[in-house]
Amino acid sequence: MKRHGTFVLSMMAFGFAFLYVPIALVVLYSFNGSSLSTVWGGFSLRWYGELFRNEEILRAVLLSLRIAALSASVATALGTLAGMAMARLPRFRGRTLFTAMILTPLVMPEVLTGLSLLLLFVSLHDLFGWPGARGGSTIAIAHITFSTAYVAVIVRSRLTGMDPSLEEAAMDLGARPLRVFLDITVPLIAPALLTGWLLAFTLSLDDLVIASFVSGPGSTTLPMLIFSKVRLGVTPEINALATVIIVIVATGIAIAARTMRRREARHAERPAPLGTGTG
Amino acid sequence: MSPEAAAERPRRRADPQAWLRRALALPYGWLLLFLLGPFLIVLKISLADPIVAQPPYTPLFEVAEDGARRLAASLDNYRFVLSDRLYLYTYLNSLKLAAISTLLCLLVGYPMAYGIARAHPARRNLLLMLVVLPFWISFLLRVYAWMGLLGTNGTINELLLWAGVINAPLKLLYTDTAVFLGMVYSYLPFMILPLYANLERLDPDLLEAAADLGSRPRQVFRDVTLPLSFPGVVAGCLLVFIPAMGEFVIPTLLGGPESLMIGRVLFEEFFANRDWPVAGADAVLLLAILLVPIGLFQYFEARREDET
Repeated sequence: MKRHGTFVLSMMAFGFAFLYVPIALVVLYSFNGSSLSTVWGGFSLRWYGELFRNEEILRAVLLSLRIAALSASVATALGTLAGMAMARLPRFRGRTLFTAMILTPLVMPEVLTGLSLLLLFVSLHDLFGWPGARGGSTIAIAHITFSTAYVAVIVRSRLTGMDPSLEEAAMDLGARPLRVFLDITVPLIAPALLTGWLLAFTLSLDDLVIASFVSGPGSTTLPMLIFSKVRLGVTPEINALATVIIVIVATGIAIAARTMRRREARHAERPAPLGTGTG
Repeated sequence: MSPEAAAERPRRRADPQAWLRRALALPYGWLLLFLLGPFLIVLKISLADPIVAQPPYTPLFEVAEDGARRLAASLDNYRFVLSDRLYLYTYLNSLKLAAISTLLCLLVGYPMAYGIARAHPARRNLLLMLVVLPFWISFLLRVYAWMGLLGTNGTINELLLWAGVINAPLKLLYTDTAVFLGMVYSYLPFMILPLYANLERLDPDLLEAAADLGSRPRQVFRDVTLPLSFPGVVAGCLLVFIPAMGEFVIPTLLGGPESLMIGRVLFEEFFANRDWPVAGADAVLLLAILLVPIGLFQYFEARREDET
């Protein structure tokens, strides 16, 4: 029996080409020696040189990385608690509201989130004098808020697919709840925590709209800088920057995928006694 | 505590999740403060009057001379937004662009999700990863990639000129067509993933039974696969439509002057015109429009959660 009709196969080929050709072209043009973006002027690393000498871009990269690392870590902590509560507590006060608040950021248009958070910060400043200046910290708070929702959803779906008997056994054997959480639950949901952290990190690095609203003077994140440069047209330096980002992301994903496959393979070839497993 | 109560305590098993109940206060409090709180404030500010000051709007409560607080709300901003022809056009245009983008995503995404779900199990994960991978690369840069493709001197025009198909470059960038391309390109994974999750769980016995009973492949698809995949279609469409309605980056970078969308106008109103109350009213109206689709999304998600 034929698995696929010609129509489905050609749609898949078209779809994947659609997804990857634009990215491939950006990479190709990043090695273009000509400053006219689409006229091929021979292979050159010129734009990479300009990129790494551009202090404005490097400063923005550093700020973005700092915000992303901070917000991903806090969001993973908050999101794990939220996801565990949704998976393990069948009822608690305000569960409906809580679920709604977790699901809303997944679809909420960014202009709404950004505008409303800025107005909150302004009101808080009027009432309590905090936050004094908007910048890295207000952007981090905004990113933590929406990233928490993503982490919670990932952790919840990992936990609902998991047998609670290991945790219950540890509890019956007298382990304290915190012990059970750290020694049993966390290792079991580690892949979800890693995925959640990486997703939160990426979402933070990626955000233009919300950061534009809640940022203050002097705090320009990388997407804000890129946007101000590309708003007026194609910029060869940005092609080089995009290529660097693509290479980092692809490498990161390849490593993460390999690690997870290894972990799963190790789990599959049990039963090895605990503690004797090799790395 | 009485001795009896102390003796009785160990017998009653303590709530093992007590710590989780307490720890839940952290994310709960955070979301109340930074997610729910802000929306109430937007509502408040959309009812204020703009003034030239920092922050540029009047306080909602005015303290009268006798010390009593008076609610100084006005619906002027809403009246302005709702009576302005440009705003009306913007809202309708956003609905149109988001709806067409969603439909296009569905047309491209459904066959892909179907193909992946029917692919050899060993290949499924790789194909899925290929769908998700672009999502991890900066959204902004992916939209930017289309500027290079569609520009007057862009790759597509250069190719068509070189092949002799056209004599003069086509106007592709800064049009609604470019907005559609950017939307489909950016939101395609959000359509494919829920569709795939749904199609993959479809019972193959049902399809075989239909085939055994004499249905042609086309009929099997129309009478069995398509109706059963309806929840996936709804989830995918909502995940694309809702954020597309408020999209800012795509219409700003790829769209023309006529490709007005609420997100873009709100951003301009806020940053260029510094009219915060009108931007607030804009935001509240956008939220009001999206309330039904967001409610639907929450309803379907909650139902899906109950099933698992």
